[in-house]
Amino acid sequence: MGILDILQSIIPPAMFFSAPLIFTALGGVFSERSGVVNIGLEGLMVMGAFVGVVFNLTFADVFGAATPWISILVAMVVSAVFSLIHAVASVTFRADQVVSGVAINFLALGLGVFLTKQWYDKGQTDMVSQPFYTLDIPVLSDIPVLGTLFFQNMYLTSYLAIILAIIAWYILYKTPFGLRLRSVGEHPMAADTNGINVYAMRYVAVMISGAMGGLGGSVFALTIALNFSQSTIVGQGFMSLAAVIFGKWHPLGAMGAALFFGFAQSLSVISSSIPLLEDVPQIYLLIAPYVLTILALAGFIGRAEAPKANGEPYIKGSR
Amino acid sequence: MFTNRMFNILVPVISVLLGLIAGAIIMAAFGYNPLSGYQALWDGSFGDIYYFGETIRQVTPYIFTGLAVAFAFRSGLFNIGAEGQVIVGWLAAVWVGAAFDAPMIIHLPLALLASALAGAIWGFIPGLLKAKLGVHEVIITIMMNYIALHVSNALIRSVLSENQDSSDPIKESASLASNWLMEMTSFSRLHYGILIALFVAVIMWFLLEKTSAGFELRSVGFNQHASQYAGMNVGKNIILAMVISGAFAGLGGAMEGLGTFGYMPTHSAFTNLGFDGIAVALLGGNNAFGVVLAAILFGTLKIGALNMPTAADVPSELVEIVIALIIFFVASSYIIRWVLLRFKKEGK
Repeated sequence: MGILDILQSIIPPAMFFSAPLIFTALGGVFSERSGVVNIGLEGLMVMGAFVGVVFNLTFADVFGAATPWISILVAMVVSAVFSLIHAVASVTFRADQVVSGVAINFLALGLGVFLTKQWYDKGQTDMVSQPFYTLDIPVLSDIPVLGTLFFQNMYLTSYLAIILAIIAWYILYKTPFGLRLRSVGEHPMAADTNGINVYAMRYVAVMISGAMGGLGGSVFALTIALNFSQSTIVGQGFMSLAAVIFGKWHPLGAMGAALFFGFAQSLSVISSSIPLLEDVPQIYLLIAPYVLTILALAGFIGRAEAPKANGEPYIKGSR
Repeated sequence: MFTNRMFNILVPVISVLLGLIAGAIIMAAFGYNPLSGYQALWDGSFGDIYYFGETIRQVTPYIFTGLAVAFAFRSGLFNIGAEGQVIVGWLAAVWVGAAFDAPMIIHLPLALLASALAGAIWGFIPGLLKAKLGVHEVIITIMMNYIALHVSNALIRSVLSENQDSSDPIKESASLASNWLMEMTSFSRLHYGILIALFVAVIMWFLLEKTSAGFELRSVGFNQHASQYAGMNVGKNIILAMVISGAFAGLGGAMEGLGTFGYMPTHSAFTNLGFDGIAVALLGGNNAFGVVLAAILFGTLKIGALNMPTAADVPSELVEIVIALIIFFVASSYIIRWVLLRFKKEGK
């Protein structure tokens, strides 16, 4: 088995495992950059997965092949609305943002499974009939080496994740909107003095994280899980949160961290077909992503500085 | 005028009421009878002596994980890792419980100690990294959860059994189970752990409120810089807080291993005891007494919920929604205070 074959069996799964994490982590970056801690990413993903699957099942006949794309759009909208709960609590009601995020996680899972039992009379939904399929990108997949590695057997959503990461970087660092959003997270009082509406910015940021979390959850459901149950989203949201911190609250950093997690997860899935790794006991490959993350954080990444006002409700007039 | 102490009691009570009312509205909206729903919940947790025993059994680990999360919170740390600490504590307790033969007076404390130690080690690593390198404890504890899950599964298959999906059962001499309690509650799985849980709650209260070490821990939680300026060793306190927090959660695992089950199965997913502990701690206002009350409420809701599908045809997940809303209302205590003060003014 040549090196090329090995790469070919690693890269596509790594890409499709990491895409949902990238989407959700980008949402986390927006929220936390504006100063709102978002432990609720997990719940937002659950909501996205639930809505994505239910919409897909219900409207597969109507929209045909376009169903998965419309499903993820609907999931984004619903999750954005759902994340308003977190926004209202943490921005307007001055709630402890961690607490409110925990509530989001419980609420999403409770609602999702409750409604599933209500509508489908069992603990999980049926398998979706219109998931995303892998495909070869025309023209590009004919490029020797690169084409086989990066443009064959891929989900379009994997490219979407990378494109959105670059767009998120552009928005946060190259536009006035991004500058305002970051300033609200660093020093809300100074931002307020300069005429920026702190509350509005934070509402928008949380809703972006809701939409991205919904996107991540629905993409996970429609590429990997294919149905919704209690155990569809188990910890992917927390992994995305880890990617946000690992990536130092930077969109491209978060994308890199999410790609790393996806790569490490895919290793344990495909290890049996790779020489060198096939003799390693499964357990080492299972814990590898988590151990490596800890080592990386302790070793090379160093002290991570969160946005200064992260987690603090802004109260007008207080100093 | 309302005092702060009154608010601290009123806010959780009002939150629980609001949560239950919201749950009733949801039941009504989906065509269920809220009264029979809550009747089923009540019957399922206190309806007869068996259910009562099961409820107390469920309360026991919640007290431990709630205390663990609350203890870390008081020191300014967020321990999402209670979940992993429960798992390693469970594993260590079952390991010691099955591997040795000793009189009960030695064996049982040894097994409990092993679980606390395992949890403490699992808390020590994120504490050390936070104190020495400034690595965010949330991300490390999340990672430690997964490591605990996978490692314990591998150990159960390879060391604690011969390729089985659950460990060998523990010896009688390490068991918390009691025939007397079981017979009294018509053979529920109630065990002596609840007494240990209440004892540990008292210890936590004493440690935090009555000793200078506890004062330092709380002080670091309020303001690290001021504490350092006052001559406290912030790093040492962060590590200590995580170690104690981990030990509490580890003991919670021992309750499952030595009391409820008497063995440890492999887990394909998390037990959720640790994650629910976050909610217990928050609802309990992060103090020992409040945590016990919150754990009782959670245990009641969780066990009672199991009766709802059969008795009232309501999906048991309704309780998850109610719990989420209660947490949400607790989080929004600012608005509850505001409304209460409004009423107070108009009443004058």
